[in-house]
Amino acid sequence: MLVYFLRRLLYVCPVALGVSIICFMLVHIAPGDPLTSVMAVDATAQEQAAMRAAYGLDKPLPTQYAIWLGKAVQGDLGKSIASGRPVADEVGRAVKNSLMLAFAASLLAFPIGTSLGFLAGYFRDSWVDRLVMSIAIAGVSLPNYWLGIVLVIIFSVTLGWLPAMGAGAGDWAWDLTHLSHLVLPAVTLAVVPIGIVARTMRALVGEIYSMDFVQALYAKGLEPLDVLRHVIRNVAPTGLSVMGIQLGYLLGGSILIETVFNWPGTGFLLSSAIFQRDLPLLQGTILVLALFFVVLNLAVDVAQAAIDPRIKRS
Amino acid sequence: MANISLGAEVVMPVEQRRGYWSSVVRRFLRNPVAVGCAVVLLALILAAIFAPYLDLADPYKGSMIKRLRPLGTDGFPLGTDEQGRDMLARLIYGGRLTLYIGLVPVVLAFFIGTALGVTAGYAGGFVNTLIMRVVDIFFAFPSVLLAIAISGALGAGIINSLVSLTIVFIPPITRVAESVTSSVRALDYVDAARASGAGAFTIVRVHVLGNVLGPVFVYATSLTSVCMILAAGLSFLGIGVKPPEPEWGLMLNTLRTAIYINPMIAALPGIMIFITSLCLNLLSDGLRSAMNVKD
Repeated sequence: MLVYFLRRLLYVCPVALGVSIICFMLVHIAPGDPLTSVMAVDATAQEQAAMRAAYGLDKPLPTQYAIWLGKAVQGDLGKSIASGRPVADEVGRAVKNSLMLAFAASLLAFPIGTSLGFLAGYFRDSWVDRLVMSIAIAGVSLPNYWLGIVLVIIFSVTLGWLPAMGAGAGDWAWDLTHLSHLVLPAVTLAVVPIGIVARTMRALVGEIYSMDFVQALYAKGLEPLDVLRHVIRNVAPTGLSVMGIQLGYLLGGSILIETVFNWPGTGFLLSSAIFQRDLPLLQGTILVLALFFVVLNLAVDVAQAAIDPRIKRS
Repeated sequence: MANISLGAEVVMPVEQRRGYWSSVVRRFLRNPVAVGCAVVLLALILAAIFAPYLDLADPYKGSMIKRLRPLGTDGFPLGTDEQGRDMLARLIYGGRLTLYIGLVPVVLAFFIGTALGVTAGYAGGFVNTLIMRVVDIFFAFPSVLLAIAISGALGAGIINSLVSLTIVFIPPITRVAESVTSSVRALDYVDAARASGAGAFTIVRVHVLGNVLGPVFVYATSLTSVCMILAAGLSFLGIGVKPPEPEWGLMLNTLRTAIYINPMIAALPGIMIFITSLCLNLLSDGLRSAMNVKD
């Protein structure tokens, strides 16, 4: 197990390094000077050069990368150009809110998606299967940012049951006001993963039920519920990996939903970084999110190996 | 010809004599859902292409006094938007840009990704490692995040959206092409071709591509709906198409302020995106089963 973990870790390092290169390059593929938004319009050539030197932009690219990476591993992601505050602080605050939203959405999506997928896979080619698959395909086809708007129209504008914007005043607390703010964005965000998880689970469950060992279990006289236990054990590793990846997608993909609901998470941070041309903030946020996704994938792989001995051996 | 009158047991060889493609078309035509979706998509695409000849109102011309008219208003069957522009015209013209930015990146990524994947899969060794490790790095980004990151850095604009979405879809297509190519390469007839002295290029062109393109094509069609939702999403965020161009995602964004006044109008562009992406998904599923491709 430890050997497997170390091997995966060894494999993750170059990927993480590559991710950091892409994040670093983001600033440099951007058209125009990264400093235009802070530089005075009438700055002389001398002042411009001084500014560039202050931000380290006068050095060759590889040197700049090495310096940036060196600081990044120590948790220093530079200063936001727009607010002047450290990027790491801003991202840290936003990540907490985004994680909250992602977990809430997965708490809805994974149980619903899994049970729908199990039902469809068990009653394959019946009306249950067709119904579940229709729901699933509608779920993955919905532009979720539009669904968010529709839910706001229904539950906030027309019925007035739930708040339409924000995460509630002040810091997060486990009370009714804050939870009520969480409902609409979490439901909106959950729809796509429900579809994906249901489709994957259906294929998996259907495939395993058609395997010989299931026939053998029935022949041995096992009750359907006991057979189900065996099936679940076989579905679990792949199911786990699909859900792990979906959790990462929820965190990285919530930007559109956060914009719709003005949720103060990383997506909100990203869009303000984009519109203020605040490139260090853009770079830092994306680096943190991508690395989170890398670590999550690692965790999923290790967990998968822990419950499925076949994976470790391959 | 004599087979026809001979009875049931000789029908089989007749079936087998059909070409692969004609049996694919036959299986596809027997699937009413997929055919229906193909018809809807064709209608949307034709309407988008021939929009200037459809005798529609000017999609750019607004009117201060006719803003946010409801559905069914005289002269505006689908009402007007927040600047008094005809919604019907804007939705049809909007299909042009949305479909363009939604489909072109997948086509480009299909060619580039297949080329990379086949190269990696056939060459193996160092070339494979090099290409696939770079692909792994791009896989470390959730697709929405990568598209937004690149578009955000490049800035708004149609070309920039095309570039960023193409980059997003190259890695997954490369991965599928690589894995299919690797498995085809291990087959005996490829060894036989190599033993008979065929060059690498000939083997790939004659023996490998024929087996790789089908599955990769089906996979690519399954990405079109994601790509279209993402493309509209970029415009929705304001980092895709710029106003006043009609584009479904952008219209959804500019109409957000109207949800308190005329919610139906504000929901219309989203309905268009939903219908199109639903049809793309169902069409892709239909193609998958007609072409007998397994995941």
